[in-house]
Amino acid sequence: MAKVLVVTSGKGGVGKTTSTAALGAALAQNGDKVVVVDFDVGLRNLDLIMGAERRVVFDLINVAQGVAKLSQALIRDKRLENLWLLPASQTRDKDALTDEGVRQIIDELRSKFDWILCDSPAGIERGATLAMRYADEAIIVTNPEVSSVRDSDRIIGMLDSKTVKAEQGEEVKKHVLITRYDPARAARGEMLSIDDILEILATPLLGIIPESQDILRASNVGAPVTLNDAACASARAYNDAARRLNGETIAMTVPVERKRFFERLLGRRAA
Amino acid sequence: MDSKVDPQRQLVRLRGRSYVAFVFSPVMPIVNWLEGIDATLARSPGFFVGRPIVLDLSAVKLSGHGIAHLVSSLENRNIRVLGIEGVDSSLLDASLPPLLTGGRHCMIEQSEPKKAEVKKETEPKAPPATSLLLESPVRSGQCIVFTEGDVTVLGSVSSGAEIVAGGSIHVYGTLRGRAMAGINGNQAARIYCQRIEAELLAIDGYYQTAEDIDQTLRSRPAQAWLDGETMKITPLI
Repeated sequence: MAKVLVVTSGKGGVGKTTSTAALGAALAQNGDKVVVVDFDVGLRNLDLIMGAERRVVFDLINVAQGVAKLSQALIRDKRLENLWLLPASQTRDKDALTDEGVRQIIDELRSKFDWILCDSPAGIERGATLAMRYADEAIIVTNPEVSSVRDSDRIIGMLDSKTVKAEQGEEVKKHVLITRYDPARAARGEMLSIDDILEILATPLLGIIPESQDILRASNVGAPVTLNDAACASARAYNDAARRLNGETIAMTVPVERKRFFERLLGRRAA
Repeated sequence: MDSKVDPQRQLVRLRGRSYVAFVFSPVMPIVNWLEGIDATLARSPGFFVGRPIVLDLSAVKLSGHGIAHLVSSLENRNIRVLGIEGVDSSLLDASLPPLLTGGRHCMIEQSEPKKAEVKKETEPKAPPATSLLLESPVRSGQCIVFTEGDVTVLGSVSSGAEIVAGGSIHVYGTLRGRAMAGINGNQAARIYCQRIEAELLAIDGYYQTAEDIDQTLRSRPAQAWLDGETMKITPLI
């Protein structure tokens, strides 16, 4: 059965788009049919991260307004044949999205895909609320710092009140994904600890993604980090998170000890 | 309808006050009108028992004797007349109920025939909830307002969340947001929490912000209460 998963955070710049792309690719590699949907109308980025920016013809707004068919707007990934992208419009703004239009698109995607990953814009306004509106599950992307955690908390409150599931008395299943985690700084007390974050958010942890140059490198070449360099620490962390989404139980590790060991092994390459 | 102004003169403080009462407006012939009252009593015998009744005699012309007779006829039916209006005061002697003036109409639901309007009784409604229980955490941006009584939160109250209660506030998790108790002027209201990291605590308008809260209390079970006009925050246990 198709699952609609919204990747959201409240705060901007925490890694929603990166995580959507990485998790989408990881789920697709497991064999599921996956579509990643960019809800950031007017400030689209997911097409860049997916490396599909030169192939965008129609977009979410065109489909919502009936200008184009869904099949015309969907872009198939060149590396994975069961991974698709539905891009956002860059020339419009969030007011062009309507509740009814989003509902129709999500309904149609449900019949075609196993996973529908909605990349939410930052903020708590129309774009963000419509991205989460029809979600079955939610990933709340959080950085280990107070403002991000507080915004995530606000978003969790909205997931519990403004989604269709919540209005029907059900619950959107929520996962916290901690990104940009720097164990060295956390050890020095310069970051919120994982325990502190989870205590505040009172929501299960999906994964811990370390801060890494690998992610920047992958973004620059237009590839999800899980496809660009599947062996790097952040790609492994995303792969583990994707398997947890599929119901597997995998021990939660902070994927850094290994990296440090690696660096030591290779001499001080990272300095 | 009608209002009654207290006519006594005393050295003590006198206050005027209006009340709601039934008004009987008898019409001629009085005998027939009394039959109508009897019919009402036959349907619901206890209908007028214990209710304040005022006689409006403006529609009939009765002598002092006639008025006394009417009042005693009503008393025989267990209807006690609280006051009389619409007659000349010279007609009323000391044995009769006092003359009332200044009556005004008021609307009361549940009126019966005979122009009899019913005094508003204690409404038969479900007892109002006096406490609110929240089983999930209160998230940033949420504002819980419950003016009727206490609020109990089983989880935590996040930074940026707000609890407003008429009574006390109990938080069994960490209180990181704002808690305002006793907002209806209840100085006895208190705020309790398992861990205090609050942004603001207030009881009946007296408040302390995070900066005012003693650092040594932080992250411990604590309660806040009012000592006169000062808010005290003390450890629990």
